[in-house]
Amino acid sequence: MRVTVTVNGTTETHDVETRMLLVHYLREVRGLTGTNIGCDTTSCGACTVLLDGESVKSCTLLAVQADGGEITTIEGMAAPDGTLHPIQQAFHEHHGLQCGFCTPGMVMAVASLLKEHPDPTEAEVREGLEGNLCRCTGYHNIVQAVLAAAHSGELVP
Amino acid sequence: MIPASFEYRRAGSVEDALGWLAEDPDSTKLLAGGHSLLPLMKLRLATPGVLVDVGRVPGLSYVRDAGDHVAIGALTRHRDLEISEVARASVPLLAHVAGQVGDPQVRHRGTIGGSLAHGDPASDLPAAVLALDATMVADGPRGRREIAASDFFRGFLETALEPDEMLTEIRVRKAPSGWAFQKFNRRAQDWAIVGVAAVLDGEPRVALVNMGSTTVRARGTEEALAAGAEAADAAARAAEGLEPPSDLHASAEYRRHLATVLVRRALVEAAAARG
Repeated sequence: MRVTVTVNGTTETHDVETRMLLVHYLREVRGLTGTNIGCDTTSCGACTVLLDGESVKSCTLLAVQADGGEITTIEGMAAPDGTLHPIQQAFHEHHGLQCGFCTPGMVMAVASLLKEHPDPTEAEVREGLEGNLCRCTGYHNIVQAVLAAAHSGELVP
Repeated sequence: MIPASFEYRRAGSVEDALGWLAEDPDSTKLLAGGHSLLPLMKLRLATPGVLVDVGRVPGLSYVRDAGDHVAIGALTRHRDLEISEVARASVPLLAHVAGQVGDPQVRHRGTIGGSLAHGDPASDLPAAVLALDATMVADGPRGRREIAASDFFRGFLETALEPDEMLTEIRVRKAPSGWAFQKFNRRAQDWAIVGVAAVLDGEPRVALVNMGSTTVRARGTEEALAAGAEAADAAARAAEGLEPPSDLHASAEYRRHLATVLVRRALVEAAAARG
């Protein structure tokens, strides 16, 4: 089936199998391998991307469901000149990652979370990231990074 | 994990969906948000020949005050129900439970109609609508019919919907106060080991998550409450007549005990909220 999807501002049309998952479309058709496949069972959140501005798990969507939609992946977060997005910068400064596998999904989940809760409490951050697993950090520095990003004054609402 | 091949059709209306369902009801499945069906398809536990995507059917995502009840469109996503002003004011139990489903990503996609039609006994929303005496509105080739929640959940992943019908609206009674929801799980985002939805406004209703092959009412507790029993005594009868499952999370015996504990907490909380 023919699908037209805008990914990080670039619109392309491709013929895909109807059973193709969105995450495979992003990685294999669009060549954007920043979005990881972790558990493949809607649990770990490593494959989180934004669909029309909201976080979704791209292993649990068909590419055909995203037809006509706008996707943002981790590759779309930094500025074209390489300047990190404020959320990425906060993860960097607060050591919000160790191995980095969960980080792309974590950053996208945070982008969605901060849209819904621009000034979150620590508890709201912890609850808001319940769909993303990290096996390295114990979450503490991720939470610190999210709070720092929220209060950086650099996020466009 | 990749689903088995299927033919994909995108419905523009309920009529489209019903027409395609009627062609081959047994091998056609409706796809709304996909957060119950796609995981099953990836595991090849579901292998529909035709997938009818109703996710974009207009006019089925709403939460409306309908006078004596609140009407919810079947395609209303959990997140939209969670933040709906109408739901928060008139059926706060439902708004709260919608905010407990899965995790934020799941709530951005999953729909109330999809969750209820899936009929998983471990899901939170079936218990909530059972406690709220909901009426399910189903459309099909023989027209529209209403199904009481107490007749809707038939068994494990089985509802009263016929294979050629589509759930289109859920109507719940207003219960602005005197409610509680309790859920126990071991990890964030997990299914409830046991959950409880209690509504004390009007006739007391207590519904349980994961205490049988489908969502069930705690009839023993309801009877005791109707007879004027205290919360602790009513809660002691929570598992009466029920056969909860045993799995790697908990034995049936553990679940029976947990149900009495959670029901007691829910009754105390609901009574306090009623004031």
